[in-house]
Amino acid sequence: MASPPDSPANQEEHWRKTTNLMLTHLGIWFFFGFIIHMFVNTLNKVTIPVLGFPLGFYMAAQGSLIVFVVQLFLFAKQQNNIDREFGYAEED
Amino acid sequence: MATQTSTAASEAFYKQLGRMYGTYTGGFIAFIILLAILEQLGTPNKVLGYLFVFFTLAVYAFIGVMTRTAQVSEYYVAGRRVPAFYNGMATGADWMSAASFVGMAGSLFLQGYDGLAWVLGWTGGFVLVSILVGPYLRKFGAYTVPDFMSFRFGGNFARFLAVVVLVCCSFTYVTAQIYGTGIIASRFLGMQFEIAVFVGLVGILLCAMLGGMRAVTWTQIAQYIVLIIAYLTPIVILSTAKFGIPIPELTYGQAIAEIGAREQQMLQQNLAVLCTAQSCPAGSLKEHIVPFTTWTPLNYFGIIFCMMVGTASLPHILMRYFTTPSVKEARDSVAWSLFFIFLLYFSAPAYAAFSKLEVYTNIIGRDLEQIRPWLFTWGELGLIQICGKNATSVADVVAACKAIAGHPGVVRLQDFVINTDVIVLSTPEIAGLPYVISGLVAAGGLAAALSTADGLLLAIANALSHDIYYKMLDPNAPAIRRLTVARVLLFFVALIAAALAASKPADILAMVGWAFSLAMAGNFPALVLGIWWKRCTTTGAICGMIAGFGLCLFYLLTSRYFPQAGVKYFGMSSLLNPVTGGPLVNTAQILADPKWAADVPASAANPLINRVGWFNLNNINCGLLGMPLGFLVMIVVSLMGKEPSKEMQAYIDEIRKPRGRTVLEEKT
Repeated sequence: MASPPDSPANQEEHWRKTTNLMLTHLGIWFFFGFIIHMFVNTLNKVTIPVLGFPLGFYMAAQGSLIVFVVQLFLFAKQQNNIDREFGYAEED
Repeated sequence: MATQTSTAASEAFYKQLGRMYGTYTGGFIAFIILLAILEQLGTPNKVLGYLFVFFTLAVYAFIGVMTRTAQVSEYYVAGRRVPAFYNGMATGADWMSAASFVGMAGSLFLQGYDGLAWVLGWTGGFVLVSILVGPYLRKFGAYTVPDFMSFRFGGNFARFLAVVVLVCCSFTYVTAQIYGTGIIASRFLGMQFEIAVFVGLVGILLCAMLGGMRAVTWTQIAQYIVLIIAYLTPIVILSTAKFGIPIPELTYGQAIAEIGAREQQMLQQNLAVLCTAQSCPAGSLKEHIVPFTTWTPLNYFGIIFCMMVGTASLPHILMRYFTTPSVKEARDSVAWSLFFIFLLYFSAPAYAAFSKLEVYTNIIGRDLEQIRPWLFTWGELGLIQICGKNATSVADVVAACKAIAGHPGVVRLQDFVINTDVIVLSTPEIAGLPYVISGLVAAGGLAAALSTADGLLLAIANALSHDIYYKMLDPNAPAIRRLTVARVLLFFVALIAAALAASKPADILAMVGWAFSLAMAGNFPALVLGIWWKRCTTTGAICGMIAGFGLCLFYLLTSRYFPQAGVKYFGMSSLLNPVTGGPLVNTAQILADPKWAADVPASAANPLINRVGWFNLNNINCGLLGMPLGFLVMIVVSLMGKEPSKEMQAYIDEIRKPRGRTVLEEKT
């Protein structure tokens, strides 16, 4: 803790990091929610070995969902680390 | 020292919850086994069905009564001590409605790839909840979403707007849930629909009325356990029987490959007509994995977007995150919520694939005489039709098909019409499972509908009692009177919703989709800018909410109820068929027909309804028009005005830091 928690500099830096994390995760969300499904026809030409799913279908039915779940646990952890770094985390 | 004791206490509480719900889950499984034994001993199906429904309802009511409370903060936010994991389960039940449980697999069956828009849209939104909105509202310390709007945007006018948005999106939604309980109970128990609706109503009131949020939270967890066991059991058994692996989410890939092969075969044998760019008659084949046969790409991605952003704007979901002990737990809790929701959503396509394979191989192409008997139970309810008539018996089907000129005597795809609700409800029968599994599925569907209805009713009643009555009409009301008002309002809102559901309104299921677009247009810009942009002013937010919500509502109402005016005065044109690219309806011809031109507001039979619009945009996606306008107006008007006070900006800084006291301190 370089500067005291309530100094404007500390506050701004905390919010800058938080905003960056938000934008990163929005990017991931947008990619797996939309961009990847725009290539469904191309992806459908690939079949997942053994399971037999066409890849494009699989991404919309399961792949993106798994990404969202993992992403949320990761985000919770990262944001918590940021809060702790700046002394804004709740006591635990 | 104080924090240490409270940590120890919360750990003990957590352990106690684990024991309670562990015992409950074990008890529920024992109950299923007991009923399975009773079935083998010859207990009639109807008795089993009643036992299932009444036992589960009794458990929910028991929890509801045990957790009654006379404390305001317990009533509104469950005392803010629901651990992340359990709040995740409660949110899962709150979220997954009759539409998810019963309807979604059916949409996937009919729409193939395009149905996945719902799967994606109803999961990805939680990413937005967690990173943009939920944890900040928790830190703010509100009881309701309008609380936040009022604080951030200068008082009661913003509060009132937020209540209007909340009631508009939640009321139709709750009516649909009560309607869902009626459908499920009437189908499985053979009750009359109207009576079934009121039985559902009693179940809902017993859970929510005495204990508010606290009671709803603990019953929703119990309901989640029932619904997820009920949803997964049939397909796990089916997958094991068919492919030898009890994980349907992995094995349905093979089913999809088989469906693809069978589709080609059906086309070669003239059992189906392919929907092509030249012609796409009703009942033609949409290949299961081929995208954009039901929705144009714009509408497909529009649905995903609207459902996702709508998730992050729906008050009954956001308020679940007000109940966690801390901001950190609110974030963890969103992740757990999505995990628990994911368990159901990534299984739904397996239902669709297994059912489709059954229909394509054992019904399509079969002699009319050899139709499998499970069909007729659903045919009698009017849910499966063959050759244009309800499939009630072999003789009826043969007679109906003979009446069609040149019919080959085998079932063709275009002869076969199935209601989407049948897919999940009939799977146990298709798989030849004992009736106890069907009863389990009914109990699960009821749990899904009841839990969502509880959450929505609470959101509406809380907004009316806390925001309208307490904050706007009588700020000095003592706690006991506030809670009495809350309960009375809850009762009447539930009663009105049940009365409306019993009248079977035509658009009830479509309205669930509309709720997302309305919530998105009305709430999302104000929530996000309120937290993320200090410069956003009161005037800006109010103008933006009115403009965004207004445009969305206008588009919905015009295209549904006044399509003639939409075409004549507002430049709407026919939506296009996603495969052929041609218009769905000939608007000029229909308007020239006095029968339809004078049909104002448009009746359900009017060919124009929901088929006209701007930019080929389906009206379920009206949020796609409203939300950007809301953002634009909010930003422009805010920049024209003076920036918010230093004090307000300091409050916003406070919301952004998890540490410290909540901004809003309620007297209780």
